[in-house]
Parts: sequence; C-alpha cells; structure tokens
Amino acid sequence: MAAFTLEVVTQERTVVMTEVEYALLPGVDGSFGVLSGHQPIMASLDLGVLEFGPLHGKRRKIALGGGFMEMHGSRLTVMAHTAELSEEIDVLRARQAKQRAEERLADRDGDLDIARAQIALQKALLRLKVANGD
Amino acid sequence: MAQSSRDIKRRISSISKTQQITKAMEMIAASKLRSAQETVISTRPYYERLTSSLGTALRAAEQAGEDMPAIIRDRAGDSHCLLVFAADRGLAGGYNAAIIRQAEAFLKEYPDTEMVMVGRKVRDHFRRRNRTALAEFVGIGDTANLRVAQDIGHVIFDFFVHGLFDNVTILYTEFINTVTHRVKLRPVLPLPEQIKETKGDGPEPLYVYEPSINGVLETLIPLYVDAAVYQALTEAKASELGARMNAMRNATDNAGELIQELTISYNRARQAQITKEIAEIVGGADALES
Repeated sequence: MAAFTLEVVTQERTVVMTEVEYALLPGVDGSFGVLSGHQPIMASLDLGVLEFGPLHGKRRKIALGGGFMEMHGSRLTVMAHTAELSEEIDVLRARQAKQRAEERLADRDGDLDIARAQIALQKALLRLKVANGD
Repeated sequence: MAQSSRDIKRRISSISKTQQITKAMEMIAASKLRSAQETVISTRPYYERLTSSLGTALRAAEQAGEDMPAIIRDRAGDSHCLLVFAADRGLAGGYNAAIIRQAEAFLKEYPDTEMVMVGRKVRDHFRRRNRTALAEFVGIGDTANLRVAQDIGHVIFDFFVHGLFDNVTILYTEFINTVTHRVKLRPVLPLPEQIKETKGDGPEPLYVYEPSINGVLETLIPLYVDAAVYQALTEAKASELGARMNAMRNATDNAGELIQELTISYNRARQAQITKEIAEIVGGADALES
C-alpha cells in the first residue's frame, strides 16, 4: 500500500511525524479514514480516537482533544488542541480526572459549570479508553 | 577614623551579599531563558501553518459566496478587549513599566475597553487605579504553559462570541533576542485582513471541506485565537526572563563597582590610621628623648 506522511502537532510539540498506510480520524460527523492519494481536504475533528497504521509496524492510537486536519498531496497534518499517544497517557491522572468530573456532575448544586465537567469527563474517558488499547 | 573604616567594611560585606543574590538571580534567569527561547522558536511554525490554512478556508468561503460564520462577521463596533501580558514579579528592569505605559496609552485612545490581565504586576497597577479586569491570570510561573494559554484563549473567545466586545488586541513583549525586546500590540479579532492573504507555497489545491467551509472555519478560529495567545505568552515569558537577566547583570556589575570604590576608601582610611599611629608613636618617642 502506498504511504503518506502523517503529522500530528499541538502548539507545544510534534506528537507524531511518520510514514503511514492509513489514518482513521474522529470527524465531527463520525470517523473517517484517509488513504494515500486522498483528494485535498480540510476537516474539523472532534474529541476522539485517532488511529493510524505505520508503514512497518503495529497500528497506534492517539487520544485527540479535537482540532483540525488538512490533507494535501502526500501529507496529512492534524492540528490538535491536545493529543497524546496511547503510551504517553498518564492513566492515574486520567482516573483522578474522571472521578473528579463524576463527583462534580453528581452533586449539581448551584451554578456549577456542567458543560465543562462533561467535557472533562469525556476527555478522561477517552484517555482511559486509548490507554487500555481500546 | 576607626569608626569610619569599620562602617565601610560593613557596607562592603552588605553589598557583596546583595551581589551574590543578584548574581544567582541572573544565572537562574539565564538558564530558564534558554528553554523559553526554544519554545518561542518552536511555536512559530505552528502559528504560520494555522494562519495559512485559515487564509485558504477564508478565500474558499468568499469564492463560494458563503456567509461567514457569525463569529467573524465584522460587527463595526468599537468596544475593545485588551489582553495584557506582564510579569508576576518585578526586578526585571523596565519590562513591566513599558507594558503598563503602552496599556495606559491604549486605554486613552480607546476608552471603551475591557481588560484581561496576565501577571500580578499589571493587575496591581490597575487595581490601584480602580480599574478592574474582566478576567485575570496571576501566578502562572516562569514557563509558558499551553493549558494556561488555552484557558485564556477560551475565556476571551467566549466573551467575544457573547458580544462583550467587538475587537480583541493582545499587548505583549515581542522577543527579538536576549537583549532586545519590543512592546507589541497585535490585533487578533476580528480577523486581520492579512490572514486572508496568507498563502502556502505552490499552487493552491481545491479542497473539500468537512462538514462545510463554515464548520471548518468555526474549528479553525478558536484554534487561531489559542495559538495567538500561546505565542504571545511564550514571547512575553522569554522577554521577561531576558529583561530580568539583564537587569540582574547590571545590578551585579554595579555592586562590583561599588565594592571596588569602597575597598579603595577602606584602604585609604586604614592607611591614614596607620600613619596617624606612627606619627603618635614617633611624637611620643621624641617627647621621651628630650
């Protein structure tokens, strides 16, 4: 299979820059896949799992905190709010974040920022899911 | 005379203690500056790539005759938001003063301005003048932190979307090199015209947009705001460390000069005392002989 370059960047760092055979991206209307030779595309990305298949090696996963992708020629760039490879995820921290968000959602007293807690919960769940290999 | 030479000695020891402190602060700033400088350089390409994609999408929206998303339509209002980056601490030469001076000038020019303040120094300055901030971020540490930048970006973007103001400008210190920094005003929203003209190299491909051009723009604009804030934060932090390093180096040098001068006066005083004692002894011996 023909390969193309996948680059995942946040403002702080380049998370991944590698030759891949395919990439599965969390689009806002559902996941979609990209293979080499895809037409030029720009797309909004949701919170979700980004999966990719390196040219020689096992598939890998990234916990993506939403962002934007652009494919042009043989280069796919993902600009993310946050992005972590599965092996980089701090499981303990994600668990704590999950617990905190759940507690916050459980006692809904006053004008707590519920939308924010829900996002935090989603992020924590996503990290745990990616870290556990699925 | 004995009194005076003891005084001088005390001053020398006090100054050299101060010198040790300023020297240490200079070295701390210098070591942090190195990594801050790298951060500044490594964030610039991200910002450029993002604005180039944003420019492409904006042109595509224009060509397709689509209505721009509500968030970036020109509102023709003249209420402003000024996001100010200053330091949490002083001892950085004119770093904070320069930023505050520029902020005051901005407020004079655009009286209808809400402020978002980063850094204790700017907050304290305006608090003394009874000007409150819409939001303030203090105690954020010496290194630029992406999460802090994203928090600031979200706050500003939310306020902007809710129509609290029509324009957003960032005031920060641009980092040129370790000794040169420049106070800079950078308009962020509404999107500056030049972004639409930003092009990547080579011929422009015909993109498809998922879910739509507007959908992509609505994703890109908050990313762009975050990127502008983060970049300003990294530059401000690097400039702050540079300014502190230079200020502390000057302080250390001045302390060295003072010590040198005082050492000379001390030696002179000591010499004078010895001369006086010899004169007294000789005088005493003369008196005995005669």
